[in-house]
Amino acid sequence: MDLYAALRAAIRAGEPVALATVIAGTAVAGKPAAAVGSKLLVRPDMPPLGSLGNAELDRIAARDTLAELEAARTGVRHYGPNGETTPEDLVGTPEVSVFIESWAPPPQMWIFGAVDFTGALAKVAKVLGYRVIVCDARETFATRRRFPMADEVIVSWPTPVFAERGHTLAARDAVCILTHDPKFDVPAVTAALKTAVGYIGVMGSRGTHATRMHRLNEVGINDQQELRRLMAPIGLDLGARTPEETAVSICAEIIACRSGRPARSLRDSAGPIHAG
Amino acid sequence: MKELLDDIDRWLAAGSRVAIARVVDIEGSGPREPGASMAVNEHGEVAGSVSGGCVEGAVVAEALAILQGDANARVISFGFSDDEAFAVGLTCGGTIRLFIEPLDW
Repeated sequence: MDLYAALRAAIRAGEPVALATVIAGTAVAGKPAAAVGSKLLVRPDMPPLGSLGNAELDRIAARDTLAELEAARTGVRHYGPNGETTPEDLVGTPEVSVFIESWAPPPQMWIFGAVDFTGALAKVAKVLGYRVIVCDARETFATRRRFPMADEVIVSWPTPVFAERGHTLAARDAVCILTHDPKFDVPAVTAALKTAVGYIGVMGSRGTHATRMHRLNEVGINDQQELRRLMAPIGLDLGARTPEETAVSICAEIIACRSGRPARSLRDSAGPIHAG
Repeated sequence: MKELLDDIDRWLAAGSRVAIARVVDIEGSGPREPGASMAVNEHGEVAGSVSGGCVEGAVVAEALAILQGDANARVISFGFSDDEAFAVGLTCGGTIRLFIEPLDW
């Protein structure tokens, strides 16, 4: 059970790994169907393990599997027995269905500001599967003891954190700026806007946000298209009162932003319940 | 899958054979995403889930048939819209396809 052992080791270590499995194969005259259950295990920067039964199919499937892994997607792809992918190539040839499973590192949530809301938000984010980083420049507040649920607590100003690892942020990640202090959130917003992060939420009243926009303008951040990325004041309009309720409204907003849904009650909408 | 590893390790160490079911595809409304997985050992013990409890019983029966050599690894569908769907359905009205295979790789 070499493949399972390698898969298990990678999953346990939290390293990216993907498994391609033939789940169905159609036979045509003279050509046997691909063996159901054959597998290819793919990890970045390592040769694939196993085989789907044909070297050319292995080459194409390994390439696609790596791409799916990078996007953290899991799903089924269809090929010809030699890895054909275009519809013309597939006419009259048997079809191989390959299930590609990705185990990608979890999405990240960076929370700036070690305030009352931070612990509640970190807790809800952990339930949703995020790797949570809490960052604040004040070392009395940014402590592991106050945020035991966070994966990492960093004592720093925002700019160096973004400089060091802003490039790891992608569409499925979130940056939540809870400081509502301009000297902290202006640099955090400025740096977050330079990343590919999918969600940027900034806490503060409507008045605080107006002041913040003014300060952002002063430091030369005035591209309206870019500023549209800011979700501020942060969260959905749920009427949340406690830090915990606010955390739910923030996480609900992140989900709604990702799916592009208007976040109404299902009772008052029509169509499929789950986003595709 | 990650949440299944401890149970699978324990079962394999005890000499039990194991089958794994994964959601490979959903149509319409589905309770779990592709990749949701469930493991069944030869004694019918279960780890994980592939739906909101709607189809797990049928998955155990299919997994045991595979482990006993009465069925091969294959894709099975559950849902209202599929003519070949199993008798049990999903309460949310969607269709899910599962791949069930022995863990012998």
